[in-house]
Amino acid sequence: MSIRLQNIAKHFANTQALEPINLDIHEGELVGLLGPSGSGKTTLLRIIAGLENADRSPQPGKILFGDRDVTNVHVRDRRIGFVFQHYALFRHMSVYDNVAFGLTVMPKKRRPSSGEIRARVFRLLEMVQLQHLANRLPAQLSGGQQQRVSLARALAVEPDVLLLDEPFGALDAKVRQDLRRWLRRLHDELNFTSVFVTHDQEEALELSDRVVVMSNGRIEQIDTPDTLYRAPKNRFVFEFLGDVNHLEGRVRDGVLTCGDAHLNVDLPDGDEELLLRPHEVRLAEEPSPESHLPVTITAISPVGAEVRVELEADWLAKPWQATVRHADFERLHMRRGQRLFAHPRQWHRFKEDAKTPEQQARVA
Amino acid sequence: MRRIGDAPIVRRLLIGAALLLSALFLLLPLVAIFAQAFSQGVAVFWANVSNTFTLHAIGLTLVIALMTIPICLVFGVALAWLVTRFSFPGRRILQTLIDIPFAVSPVVAGLIYLLLYGRNGWIGSWLDTHDIQLMFAWPGILMVTIFVTCPFVARELIPLMQAQGSREEEAAVTLGASGWTTFWRVTLPNIRWALLYGIILTNARAVGEFGAVSVVSGAIRGQTNTLPLHLEQLYQDYNAVGAFASAALLALIALLTLAAKAGLEWRASRREAFS
Repeated sequence: MSIRLQNIAKHFANTQALEPINLDIHEGELVGLLGPSGSGKTTLLRIIAGLENADRSPQPGKILFGDRDVTNVHVRDRRIGFVFQHYALFRHMSVYDNVAFGLTVMPKKRRPSSGEIRARVFRLLEMVQLQHLANRLPAQLSGGQQQRVSLARALAVEPDVLLLDEPFGALDAKVRQDLRRWLRRLHDELNFTSVFVTHDQEEALELSDRVVVMSNGRIEQIDTPDTLYRAPKNRFVFEFLGDVNHLEGRVRDGVLTCGDAHLNVDLPDGDEELLLRPHEVRLAEEPSPESHLPVTITAISPVGAEVRVELEADWLAKPWQATVRHADFERLHMRRGQRLFAHPRQWHRFKEDAKTPEQQARVA
Repeated sequence: MRRIGDAPIVRRLLIGAALLLSALFLLLPLVAIFAQAFSQGVAVFWANVSNTFTLHAIGLTLVIALMTIPICLVFGVALAWLVTRFSFPGRRILQTLIDIPFAVSPVVAGLIYLLLYGRNGWIGSWLDTHDIQLMFAWPGILMVTIFVTCPFVARELIPLMQAQGSREEEAAVTLGASGWTTFWRVTLPNIRWALLYGIILTNARAVGEFGAVSVVSGAIRGQTNTLPLHLEQLYQDYNAVGAFASAALLALIALLTLAAKAGLEWRASRREAFS
């Protein structure tokens, strides 16, 4: 079931939580709403669910599920599944009763027979691999198990769309990874339309078909994870999607200078700020004719496929992060306190005016 | 290492003082009540208790309590629901208003009711022309009893419902439950212990209330005399045994209430240990 939002806005008292938003989510898509806290992503999700009402003035918005206009349809009749951040399981009911709840509250005409309810609940519990815990209370389960119960409960009523609010936010890293993969598989198998909210860019990029990046109640960019990372539309998206190193300075005659550091750039004169990802910083023992950026290593973290190095210098307001291949790390005998020279492989620059985003990347 | 105040002498002294004070101020009076009540034998005690006026006072007290509880229950749940589940202008003021019956002396409460609903009162004079008498009759006693007991249930529920939040109710609604179903199957089971506790406190206060009731009841023997008022009258009439017999009854109700409360707390702690 596709979801179409037209002109959806939301005020809370005097603050604008959402500026008028248009968004199309295709049938069978898994879409992530990504943004920092206060960006309006949870508000948007709750409006899709019907737990919150969009503003009616100045212009009423519209929410369509497929061809069905659900703008004025109550939550209980929208046929959605909602997974809450802290699971919101019914604490006095067993796992079985939690999952069965949606089926047992159906009006008599539509309600399945008790045998059928039982069969369906156990099918769902099997799917989330919890059939052996059917008689437990929620408090007796781990966080990951509770989240799976909450998913099974939401899926029991066979919703048209599944909405998840920070579904893995309260879980530890390992469980999170597993559940993420598991949700992706479930989504591909059952082929429902899902929208989930997260503030974790890695989670959004790994799990989503498309990501909606939000800040301050606005949509900054909607794209596939790949496009989003390679071609961010503005500085906010670029900075939110990963670690960023800043290089601020003044350009004169094609040379950007900052303290005792300088870098050849092909830019007009004036103040500039260049942005670099950690993997775009190369380290060497010597400066080059194009760049003279002396740095000192202050921390080394050799965990993972690459070594993470923290760099400081007098001309830097904030330390830089650089990722170095293990081979280079050993070749240069890197250690804390060592003085090296940084060479940008590539840098990015965004015009201050966010309305006309422009990115320049160049190989130096 | 020894913690501060953990010296044997200090410990014994403190425990001794606590025990002594409890015995002097709590236990001894309680024993005295029963001792006085039975001082001239069980037969005299029984004669006093089974006296028509005493029986009527017991009956009236229990009837008033039984009528007060359901009213306070509905009022308390509705108020707690309103204050914890909705945000509206004046919500904080309402939360403060709930405490007025706790803050105001019951005698003052009784006087205000008399002023409003008495025969010469603002509303009472109108009611009088329609032949409705509230003061110096059981409806007046009921009204002031409700006034002094109405905060108990709401006060028990509000912090709990605030802590629990409304997520479970939202979950129920997204699963298709109606408002009524959500209340019965999700909200009520989550607050049932606090609710019972609130009822126990309401009952204890309703049975024992003296000040407000004494102003509005008129204390007519066999008609508008509740047990605490009856006790007072007997004592003023130098019928010590009769007064203490009534006091023993009230004390008995209080003890039963305490036992019920302890039982609930014991259950709650067991449930916590279990989960």
